[in-house]
Amino acid sequence: MTAEATNMPAKARPSLYAIDPRTKRRNAAEKRFRLYGVAAVGFGLLALVVLLSSVLGSGLGAFRQSVLTMQVPLDAAVLDKEGTRDPAAIAKVTTIAYGKLLQDALTAELTEKALLPAGMKPKDVGGMISKEAPAQLRNLVLANPDLIGTTVSFDALANGRIDGFFKGRVTMESAKLDSNVSPEQLELAQAMRDAGLLALKFNPGFIFAPDASELRPEAAGLGVAILGSAYMMLIVLVLSLPIGVAASIYLEEFAPKNRFTDLIEVNIANLAAVPSIVFGILGLAAFINFGGLPQSSSVVGGLVLTLMTLPRIIIPARAALKSVPPSIKDAALGVGASKTQTIFHHVLPLAMPGILTGAIIGLAQALGETAPLLLIGMVAFVRDYPAAPPEGFFDPASAIPVQIYSWTQRADPAFTERASGAIIVLLVFLLVMNSLAVVLRRKFERRW
Amino acid sequence: MNDMRLTERAVETKDIKIAAHDVQVYYGASHAIKDVHIDILDKTVTAFIGPSGCGKSTFLRCLNRMNDTIDICRVEGEILLDGEDIYDKKVDPVQLRARVGMVFQKPNPFPKSIYDNVAYGPKIHGLVKNKAELDAVVESSLRKAALWNEVKDRLDAPGTGLSGGQQQRLCIARAVATSPEVLLMDEPCSALDPIATAQVEELIDELRENFSVVIVTHSMQQAARVSQRTAFFHLGNLVEYGETGQIFTNPKDPRTESYITGRIG
Repeated sequence: MTAEATNMPAKARPSLYAIDPRTKRRNAAEKRFRLYGVAAVGFGLLALVVLLSSVLGSGLGAFRQSVLTMQVPLDAAVLDKEGTRDPAAIAKVTTIAYGKLLQDALTAELTEKALLPAGMKPKDVGGMISKEAPAQLRNLVLANPDLIGTTVSFDALANGRIDGFFKGRVTMESAKLDSNVSPEQLELAQAMRDAGLLALKFNPGFIFAPDASELRPEAAGLGVAILGSAYMMLIVLVLSLPIGVAASIYLEEFAPKNRFTDLIEVNIANLAAVPSIVFGILGLAAFINFGGLPQSSSVVGGLVLTLMTLPRIIIPARAALKSVPPSIKDAALGVGASKTQTIFHHVLPLAMPGILTGAIIGLAQALGETAPLLLIGMVAFVRDYPAAPPEGFFDPASAIPVQIYSWTQRADPAFTERASGAIIVLLVFLLVMNSLAVVLRRKFERRW
Repeated sequence: MNDMRLTERAVETKDIKIAAHDVQVYYGASHAIKDVHIDILDKTVTAFIGPSGCGKSTFLRCLNRMNDTIDICRVEGEILLDGEDIYDKKVDPVQLRARVGMVFQKPNPFPKSIYDNVAYGPKIHGLVKNKAELDAVVESSLRKAALWNEVKDRLDAPGTGLSGGQQQRLCIARAVATSPEVLLMDEPCSALDPIATAQVEELIDELRENFSVVIVTHSMQQAARVSQRTAFFHLGNLVEYGETGQIFTNPKDPRTESYITGRIG
């Protein structure tokens, strides 16, 4: 080659300070790409903020409830006519009598404080008290018959409309059109609040009380649903973790690689993608119709959710087992450990963080699952707490997501607040479970 | 290959520890090891050399049946350890591996403490009755691996926190803790720096007193330095096997000569 060919034609070398058009384009492309990323993350965060603020905004009210504080004389002449304090005799007195007591007590209180507007009927005064309050008072007396004859200070739930007035749900205008509440009652409620007779208090009933009927949104709580969800999670954990881990260890470490195991593998992957409602139909057919297990019970719910969770545990567990470096297995086999010893002493401990994370996320998904539970009858209205396990597994129960669903179906706007409150509770549970997954992963994570 | 020590090398024993006859290894359809006959002597360091892919590691892994873990691998022929066929149906590879220990190319300590790394083998084989005996085994193994003085104050520290050379010596300690009769080493120094390599080589020479050591190495200098007998593998065949001095100074096969002079490989 000649010298002219090897040397580039004499062209002025550009300065390093001047950025050439190619580099400019590349830099612009990079900048654009970063911008897309920031925009995507920003959009995600915005959606999260909107979701949380909407849920918190409408749901936090459920944790506070309007309560009327009054002195209730528990008249022995009404509650225990014979004066025997015989529980059977006391139990004969119905909530109607207790309602009358509460109404009289409130009227007396208002008269004493000179708050009672002229012309308001005692019935309207009583209407401000929740229909659930007499039952609560009755339960208090039945649990403690010695109270009869004394005067107790009783916190009665206010009617849902009164409660809604203080939470901004009910206005004077809407009250005019509402047969359940009148503007006069609302004015009285405002006066009572100013006088300290009515207050918004923390509402433990929302967490612990059972569901209440359509007409008593103020008394509805998540107690049965939380208990049902807890029972189901227990069943899912106890069944799906050992079965899932055993299956993944077998498939990953022992099973021969042939058509049959390939088929199983494909099936597991497909099962994870099967819509959950299909599992509900399966549960209905297999466990209730064929197996004869009781409807609406947490045992059936737990079994259905177990079936649904299994593939979701097996897939990450297998990935975790696969990610253990083969050199560790070689090392264990090299010193004469058997295959089982190798797996249980070395592989499993190293895969544990991944397995636990997968299991907890699978459980969290099961906790939020609604559709299969609707099919096995857990959407029923359940007011009785299920008994302690194991018998309680067969009692009718509800579940948090199903409770949310059924509350959103109800007409009274007060249930919107309840549903949002229940979503908050569900989110808190999910948050706790996911943080647990992170903590466990950190704790067991080992480097090599 | 003008290592001074070559001339001092003499095989002190004629006891055959491992005798391999007519060994064939297949990976699926490919024939990886062909007709290998070799007698490995007791209390001797035997080096396997050869170009990459010649089958020396494969053959090494046959000696303690580590190839069993590979589904498509098939071994034919017989390999006798003290006259007993290790591929006999009655043999449990787990028992075999307690007698034929192995050290791998990359240091692979368990992600556990130094103590637990060494104690693992004796524990699972039930070689010790109590903690005091176990302590003694751990100490003597670490001493044999020339690691005791460096780690005796931090036996609870994780084995993975040691330097590369220390980790490899820890793996050797782990292998000798089960008191094997044969120690297989698959390129034990390839991941180590020269200083650590020198330490491990020195150690291999000391281990010869108690064990039969088989070492696969890519470094001919290393083979010359540490071994008494050398086997040269090429394309799955055992080309030549003899005293190290003879292999390096006076090879009989032209292929061996080509390899050690750097013309093939």
